[in-house]
Amino acid sequence: MIQVAIVSGKGGTGKTTLSAALNLLFEDNVIADCDVDAPNLHLIFQPIKQRSYDYYGGKKAVIDYSKCTSCGVCEKFCRFDAVRRDGDKIVIDPFACEGCGVCVLKCPFEAVKLVESKAGEYYESLASVAQRPMVHAKLKAGEETSGGLVAEVRKTALKFEESGKQLVIIDGAPGIGCPATSSIVGVSYVVIVTEPTVSGLHDLQRIVETVRHYRRNFGVVINKSTINPEKRDEILRYAEKEGIVILGEIPFDPTVNTATINGKSILEYPESPAARSIVRIYEKLKEILKI
Amino acid sequence: MIITVLSGKGGTGKTTVATNLAWVLSQSRKVQLLDADVEEPNDHLFLPPQIEETEPVEMLLPQVDQKACIKCGKCAKVCQFGAISVFKTGVMVFDSLCHGCGACALVCPKNAITEVPKAIGEVKSGKVHERINFSMGILNIGEPSGVKVIRKLKEKIDPSADIVIVDAPPGTSCPVVEALRGSDFALLVTEPTPFGLHDLQMAVELVSEMGIKAGIVVNRDSRGYESVERFSEESDIPILMRIPYDPQIAELYSRGILFSSHLPQWKVEFERLFEKIREMVEA
Repeated sequence: MIQVAIVSGKGGTGKTTLSAALNLLFEDNVIADCDVDAPNLHLIFQPIKQRSYDYYGGKKAVIDYSKCTSCGVCEKFCRFDAVRRDGDKIVIDPFACEGCGVCVLKCPFEAVKLVESKAGEYYESLASVAQRPMVHAKLKAGEETSGGLVAEVRKTALKFEESGKQLVIIDGAPGIGCPATSSIVGVSYVVIVTEPTVSGLHDLQRIVETVRHYRRNFGVVINKSTINPEKRDEILRYAEKEGIVILGEIPFDPTVNTATINGKSILEYPESPAARSIVRIYEKLKEILKI
Repeated sequence: MIITVLSGKGGTGKTTVATNLAWVLSQSRKVQLLDADVEEPNDHLFLPPQIEETEPVEMLLPQVDQKACIKCGKCAKVCQFGAISVFKTGVMVFDSLCHGCGACALVCPKNAITEVPKAIGEVKSGKVHERINFSMGILNIGEPSGVKVIRKLKEKIDPSADIVIVDAPPGTSCPVVEALRGSDFALLVTEPTPFGLHDLQMAVELVSEMGIKAGIVVNRDSRGYESVERFSEESDIPILMRIPYDPQIAELYSRGILFSSHLPQWKVEFERLFEKIREMVEA
């Protein structure tokens, strides 16, 4: 299956706008929302859930107070500051606990154990707006294992190959850490969205390094390209120097904001400059992917 | 007072609010600004610091002495993260899965595992000017988690500063929790769209669970979408400031210029914002 991931290094550059539009333009694809921390594609695609799965990201330490003597050995060995003393009592901060089990190993009284902890859910749905399968997820606030949940979403999307689907378009997670890399590992092509601002260029360089680290083919889209012509030129010069493919530019277009406020894809405003540019980017992507 | 700036989602204006607030408050107070968005730190682009100190952030990775190892497999069994596999030929450690907890070394019956530090990022510190102390965490490319970098960054918190502003990473997962821990106030930056509201709800869920007082800044305010107002009323999290959808502000941002330094009325607005935060924290 061909897998295309849309990433941005940083949030807010227009990743969701572009990936929603590409998901609509391609036909017969599977929609995968891998921004499990702050998923937004469901606001556009209105998925109808067909199957839900619980996601257990890891374990958490739990103290049995009938055995605990508050000796503090666990506190000494925990490297994540997850154990603290609250008066006479030893307590575990579930937000800081990484579930490594060192406290369980070191407790002289067998008073600590690890329990499975539900970190979120993921869903197989039918996108009612695009009438195609959609896989998406929700991570519980404060959980750490979002890279694992991203992997589950991608695995579930790949299952649709059995029913004849040949393409997955992934809305990737922001950043360069575990959820972001989990969104791009093994994909066929990465689309990086950037914007012409000082921070945009800075973040672009970090995500390019990351994508290269994982040896993926990629191209860059400059969004809001008209807000700062100098920065836009700087991005183009950087791309040329580095031999980076520019897939296209999307001009700054207030229609995007209107579409977002109405919870619609920009493609519902087909005459808008942004929609027209995205269609050209789609054509170019089709050529590159040979589909 | 420690104020952490959150956003649920990236790109809503967290860096804009954190840097403008730091700059305005530093006109008359001692401010410390910590950039905890270690995957994509940007504050230094708006408030360029003189970096005086760079410290590595390390984690401990197990290293197996293959000669001493008897391949009993206890290390692989105890590892909760699947970071160790034992083969006939020897033991393999997968660095990117390791959390550096030390359990493997603790259970090895032959003391064949030593823990070796590996740099995963750094913390840079310096001054923007006399009244802004600045530190930022930077996660190395290819490293999975910035939590340790944020933890090290937060050791820099200076109790003698009048105000500490922490610019948190986006999202609501565990690096954000690390940035928030110990804060007196969470300033939630959002934009008035269904996306913004959705992510704001997740951020509110997190700060309520952590028991931290919070208020909202609406960025790119263009009206026409009133759900943020409704949510604010229902959840009892007040809207403390609105920044309009203004091409001039966007343009200044794109050039790395703080809009409060260019448009003087915003100095008053950010001072007012701080007054409201102070009242809420002291209440």
